[in-house]
Amino acid sequence: MPAYSYDPQPFVRPPELDGGRTGAPVAIVGAGPVGLAMAIDLALQGVRSVVLDDNNVVSVGSRAICWAKRTLEIFDRLGVGERMLAKGVTWKVGRLFHGETEVYSFDLLPEDGHKYPAFINLQQYYVEQYLLDRAKEFPDLIDLRFLSKVTGHHAREDGVTLTVETPEGAYDLRADWLLACDGANSATRRRMGLAFAGQTFEEQFLIADIEMAESPFAQGQPERWFWFDPSFHPGKSALLHMQPDDIYRIDLQLDPGADAKAEATEEKVIPRIRAIVGDRPFRLDWLSVYRFRCIRLDRFVQGRVIFVGDSAHVVSPFGARGGNGGIQDADNLGWKLAAVVKGAAGPALIASYDEERGHGAAENILNSARSTNFMTPKTPVEALFRHETLRLAHDHPFARRLINSGRLSLPCSLAGLSLQTPGEGRVGEPMVDAPVGEGWLLPLLHGAFTLVGFGDIALPDLGLRRVGIGQSARDYPTYDDRTGHALQRYGTGLAYLVRPDGHAAAVFRGRVDPQALDAALSRAMGRDCERAMA
Amino acid sequence: MSAQQMGLGARGDEFYEALMAAHDGLSEAESHALNARLVLLLANRIGDVDALKDLLVVARSCG
Repeated sequence: MPAYSYDPQPFVRPPELDGGRTGAPVAIVGAGPVGLAMAIDLALQGVRSVVLDDNNVVSVGSRAICWAKRTLEIFDRLGVGERMLAKGVTWKVGRLFHGETEVYSFDLLPEDGHKYPAFINLQQYYVEQYLLDRAKEFPDLIDLRFLSKVTGHHAREDGVTLTVETPEGAYDLRADWLLACDGANSATRRRMGLAFAGQTFEEQFLIADIEMAESPFAQGQPERWFWFDPSFHPGKSALLHMQPDDIYRIDLQLDPGADAKAEATEEKVIPRIRAIVGDRPFRLDWLSVYRFRCIRLDRFVQGRVIFVGDSAHVVSPFGARGGNGGIQDADNLGWKLAAVVKGAAGPALIASYDEERGHGAAENILNSARSTNFMTPKTPVEALFRHETLRLAHDHPFARRLINSGRLSLPCSLAGLSLQTPGEGRVGEPMVDAPVGEGWLLPLLHGAFTLVGFGDIALPDLGLRRVGIGQSARDYPTYDDRTGHALQRYGTGLAYLVRPDGHAAAVFRGRVDPQALDAALSRAMGRDCERAMA
Repeated sequence: MSAQQMGLGARGDEFYEALMAAHDGLSEAESHALNARLVLLLANRIGDVDALKDLLVVARSCG
């Protein structure tokens, strides 16, 4: 067990066991990062949910540790970003070694003017703890039910009935929507017999977390170090990351036929770690063995049951695309489900979650399958090409770009998908941060539909939140382009319609035509698709 | 395009994947033959014999 001090959550007797009813429209199965983020997002929009988890502690083991800038910006909107940043280990440089020689390094955020860094490393148990603390700030909107195992569900056209088993008996829970945030082994998905298809890789990886006071990194600066064929682990790959509390994550590739149980023992692991960290004293904190998989559901929306996070798609871990992908799922679904629950939008908006996050999952799977294939050559000719790529990389920069030790999570663009109005510039992309006024741009744009204008462009009043950047005084709030980053990143004379999740839904140059804005807003709310369906 | 330039741009991973896929299911001898054909096809596409000679020197010197 990790040194982290687990705080068991109490079982609270729910009203259903005494003939009562909660009346919350949304049931969330799974209190991991995705389920908790979902509940907080809905609560911020006044939508009640019940969160059910069969366990009563946060993540056992550090599990997902790399949280990308985009995820931190979502966490910021949920009210936990700054706490995550304060505790997390900030890093942005990755180094790649072939044998003992460094062949390549990359900087994931070479520019400043952003509130959040490229990445932080933070153990999943802290992420869950901070989300749980935040969820408890909404006692009237989030009903947290631990030691509550969902053992069955029955979906109807207008809702779902769940069977829940608890230490004090079983009960039925009715909800309008069931969000399956129950992870890679989703019991909800299994019950429904849905195909979870894709590529499973033969190789296994061993994760070891060690606590060690002395940093192995140069000048103690945390980075991501990846080795192909190091002398301490010949013919295989290895990865090193730093986490808070002086804990280091080491990933070691094992032989395809390796016996996972035998590998995850101190006798086998300690000599391998010793070979990496030398004589530095360390303590083993947590061990795990996993196999790479790149698999997904065909459709994430199944009537009133919606799959979010690992229950919908699983990727291999070297791109940090699992946890980050799951939080982006929640971010995408939150405002849509809230609008539908409140009667402000129809089922087409929910269908757009499947379209947009299906696109995100496909991109994540494509990238992580490529990385995994590069890391685990399956034939002599694949091994030959990889070896020669690594060898060329010592002297030839082009070959360094072919080395694939994981392409780290970047937000996907939603350009060309149903809700976005085609246009120039950043349409479909998440808005990029910049220092404005006394604070930052993104908090001004997130959480509600917003019309933001940069420089010389006037924003008409259609009842939407309006924000001006680098503009003279108007009848709406304006902010200085404090460091020049905003206009440098966005240009001048442009306005964007921004969705509550921060993606640009439409762009206007020179002038915002009220009719065009109204049409873009209607499209972003799924009303065009609604009409097409009718 | 010298060996120092980034001719593949942002699509290097896509090319590498396609190259591996081209070899999928072949025996080592068949892969060897495919590589030979591919070198000849690429040489014809590049066309510049002086540039090709430079690349032969670079490839050989790594060995």
